[in-house]
Amino acid sequence: MYKKVVFPFLAISIVLSSLASYAQERVRLGTPVTEAELEGFDLIAEPDGTGFPAGGGTARQGKEVYDVNCAVCHGANGEGTSGNTIIVGGDMQSEGPPLRTVGSYWPYASTVFDFIRRAMPATAPKSLSNEQVYQVTAYVLFMNGIIGEDTELNANTLINIEMPNADGFIDRSHILSNE
Amino acid sequence: MTKETLEKVAGNGLISRRHLLGIGAAGVGMVAANNVLGQDSGINFEIPGWSRTPGPGPSTYGSASRYAEQFQRSTAFQNPTYPGGGASRSPLQYLQGTITPNALHFERHHAGIPDIDPARHKLVINGLVRQPLVFNYEDLLRYQMQSRVYFLECSGNSGGLLRGGNEDGTAQSIHGLVSCAEWTGIPLSTLLYEAGVLPEARWIAAVGADAASMGRSVPIEKALDDVMVALFQNGEPVMPGQGYPMRLFVPGWEGNISVKWLTQIKLTREPAQFRDETSKYSDTLPDRSSYQFTFPMGTKSLISSPSGQMTLDTPGIYQVSGIAWSGSGSIRRVEVSADGGRSWADAAIQGLQLDKALTRFSIPWEWNGGSAVLQSRATDSRGNVQPTRDMILADRGNLSFYHNHCIQSWGVSNSGEVTNVYV
Repeated sequence: MYKKVVFPFLAISIVLSSLASYAQERVRLGTPVTEAELEGFDLIAEPDGTGFPAGGGTARQGKEVYDVNCAVCHGANGEGTSGNTIIVGGDMQSEGPPLRTVGSYWPYASTVFDFIRRAMPATAPKSLSNEQVYQVTAYVLFMNGIIGEDTELNANTLINIEMPNADGFIDRSHILSNE
Repeated sequence: MTKETLEKVAGNGLISRRHLLGIGAAGVGMVAANNVLGQDSGINFEIPGWSRTPGPGPSTYGSASRYAEQFQRSTAFQNPTYPGGGASRSPLQYLQGTITPNALHFERHHAGIPDIDPARHKLVINGLVRQPLVFNYEDLLRYQMQSRVYFLECSGNSGGLLRGGNEDGTAQSIHGLVSCAEWTGIPLSTLLYEAGVLPEARWIAAVGADAASMGRSVPIEKALDDVMVALFQNGEPVMPGQGYPMRLFVPGWEGNISVKWLTQIKLTREPAQFRDETSKYSDTLPDRSSYQFTFPMGTKSLISSPSGQMTLDTPGIYQVSGIAWSGSGSIRRVEVSADGGRSWADAAIQGLQLDKALTRFSIPWEWNGGSAVLQSRATDSRGNVQPTRDMILADRGNLSFYHNHCIQSWGVSNSGEVTNVYV
């Protein structure tokens, strides 16, 4: 009678102890850090507002930042220079191939802030302050007729901006493999 | 043995792959010899100078023969508004087998190649995890690693074909944004489990340490499946142009999602909607809506030899050779046509048919000196068949050029010149 009870107990104990030793033997070399420590390192600004810094700005303030840092490539009014630098105008319903810009194509305002903060200006990325990034983001949206010149752009107002082509995308992220 | 004994299996001179495999009635080599038995060839058999003088000794890092060093990547014009941006393309028409040499692996950079000191590089995992972690390079070298052979293909590879033109295109200029290597690294799941993935985490946001902090989002299902943090490429540390000291590698998916110079993985509820997954690498359709997050690269093949801008010297036997791949599995079958798709013959698979890796195919072809159109068509292990260009254009128009996996047509003129054509 005892055997019937003891055997399963022993078997479970052996399995549990071997699992425990396996876990102990696994390499775990990551160093714990806090999100607070990562504040200046993690620059991801998400559409739901996660990752946006404090502060804010308007297009009126952003014009000067734009003229100094951006106009050399993107043109005085966002009309672009050479290459892929046009950021204003375009119409997805145009007769010919549509010109895809921030105004005509980009589905999220958060992306404008996120991209400028991490990747612009192209010759000196991450050289603008968070305030300047808010200001110049506002100016780019203003040039596209999406917000007013004195609209205060901050973590709260930015994520509530409805971009003109927000409904223009078909999400295919459920397709991990074809067929 | 005469040419007439070679078994023709499709129109315009395609010969059974059985001859290539050496199990047919005649070996191809036997057919090619035109010399008359017993007559001198006229070939000079004097022992050359390099067999009479010792050469240079061993070196610290090898380089190609000076007679082969012209087989190089092609680079695009540098735009002053896009410092460090652009691409270099693999010389597919000169390569054989399936592994791309590291120095010839295609590149696509969004802000140039960062000069990263591995001792100062960090890989952070944060966001929706039980414990945010940071790993340094030396830490990661102590983990159990795995090695896998995978292709990598830029979303924009072959895109020019949808717009037309490119009459003077080569395998390199049209299709050179695909390469294949053995990648060695740590399954990303190992590191994610160490940080502890919270149930609400549905995506990862991966960011590189380049000047653009290039970012892409990956669904958690894929991230925990076959994604790895790659530290080695064909046995040596990942090259700077490929992400040294480490890159994300996302098998089978569009190239730029395999974020180079990987420095952060953030677990999130939704995709981060980075610039390079919204305004770039999305495909606008004729009704002006746009596909977003087209992840697996299509089932695809191309003939790399003969290919655009090559010239066939004389009529006779040629080996038609190329590469095939699929972002959704392994290559099951490659067919070749010499008459623009009217008739097809099965090519021989040369070597391994690995999952999400380049597979080499070949088939003997007798060029009769007339015009021909050479094509290849791949089928993968999930039954996906490579479409024609017309099928792609009918399906999604030509407003965007990403994710094109159409059949390539190489025209052969009656003077032997090979060019990119549309049929």
